Amino acid sequence: MQTTSITMTLNGQKIQAEVEPRQHLVDFLREDQELTGSHLGCEQGACGACTVKLDGKIVRGCLVLAVQANGSTVETIEGITASGEYKDLQEAFLKFNALQCGFCTSGMLMAAVELIQTYKTATREEIREWISGNYCRCTGYHAIVDAISYVMEQRQQANK
Amino acid sequence: MKAAAFNYEKVNTIQEALRLLELHNGNAKLIAGGQSLLPSLNMRLSNPEILVDLQGVSELKGISEANGVIRIGAMTTHTEIQNSELIQNKLPLLSKAVPHIAHRAIRNLGTWGGSCVYGDPAAEWPACAVALDGVMVLTGPKGTRKVAAKDFFLDLYTTALEENEILVATEFTLKASEKNYFEELSRRHGDYAVTGLVSQIELKESLITDCRFVFFSVASTPLIAMGMKDLILNKNLSDLANPALIEQAQNIVRVEIKTLPDLTNSAQMKTHLVGVLISRALHNLAK
Repeated sequence: MQTTSITMTLNGQKIQAEVEPRQHLVDFLREDQELTGSHLGCEQGACGACTVKLDGKIVRGCLVLAVQANGSTVETIEGITASGEYKDLQEAFLKFNALQCGFCTSGMLMAAVELIQTYKTATREEIREWISGNYCRCTGYHAIVDAISYVMEQRQQANK
Repeated sequence: MKAAAFNYEKVNTIQEALRLLELHNGNAKLIAGGQSLLPSLNMRLSNPEILVDLQGVSELKGISEANGVIRIGAMTTHTEIQNSELIQNKLPLLSKAVPHIAHRAIRNLGTWGGSCVYGDPAAEWPACAVALDGVMVLTGPKGTRKVAAKDFFLDLYTTALEENEILVATEFTLKASEKNYFEELSRRHGDYAVTGLVSQIELKESLITDCRFVFFSVASTPLIAMGMKDLILNKNLSDLANPALIEQAQNIVRVEIKTLPDLTNSAQMKTHLVGVLISRALHNLAK
């Protein structure tokens, strides 16, 4: 079967790789690039554990092929962490016990990052709606909403 | 699960895509946003020889308005429709429907055209296309043709799109004065609808001159409740809140809309919900 040469900007670094067309983006990130922060729960778009950013927008990493990301910019939780731009969000997850087993956490954080970037404020209901695509099987949604809500308020106040 | 092996080609024009479809003679699959295709590949429910990626075809993208017609390119994403001021102002029904489509991460990639040609009976866009009397623009080796949305959705996951054709866009002729209502019942926000209803009425001042009530996630395709037209045509908008009329409407749609069960909901339950939704729609339209 054919392999295809792809290039992408991955967490700020230009990379080049050979991939099989059938390989989805998160397998490529985890297996070939050793970035295991993005998780694979269902591989059918239901759970959201694989959420990554493709050209600045959150996507399901299991529902994008690595070849489709050719020429794109990809950002994972490793990149977000290294940037330090969402340290407050990550700390709030700890502070509010918004992670238990931690499997959904990277996906939750990626979704929360886009929410914070898209809207300055959000009600609890809007936050719930926004993260409705991310399953937490420990069912700790309340604490996750607490953490995101807290960060949005803090950032609002800091900007005043 | 992991997808079986396939080849991949990204094209930049509709002509290139058509050439590849013809060359692979039924074994090539077009990929738009991939938000339904990738799960089916991962579950090995689909095994094409080659995927033809339409992401580079700029002529399939974007929303435009000309001569009272709004055109939504097949490769326009759900999020682009959600963010479009033109849609908010001219086709507000679509703006109301978007938040019900899956979740943000999926709306960022999933497309108008992908949803329409997939023909999922639980999907929002096919029902909206029918309710707004959209026209599907299809192109293939024999040229371009247009099919009314109400004639496009033929059966479960089956549309009027021929094997070697591509959906280019959907066109909507704008109405002078309209009112609409969208509601869907689902188990969790963004999940598949258990039952949904798209309502669109046309008005001359407060007189109802035309209407379309389209139920989805009730049968193999979106279904128009034809009986509603006889009931409310030439009535006044405020008459829609009349309890006797609402009861009549419930009886009409519960008989006319032949529901089918899905994995978790019986046909009887869907028939019940059909009546619930028409009542809510009429109440809201009358406001």
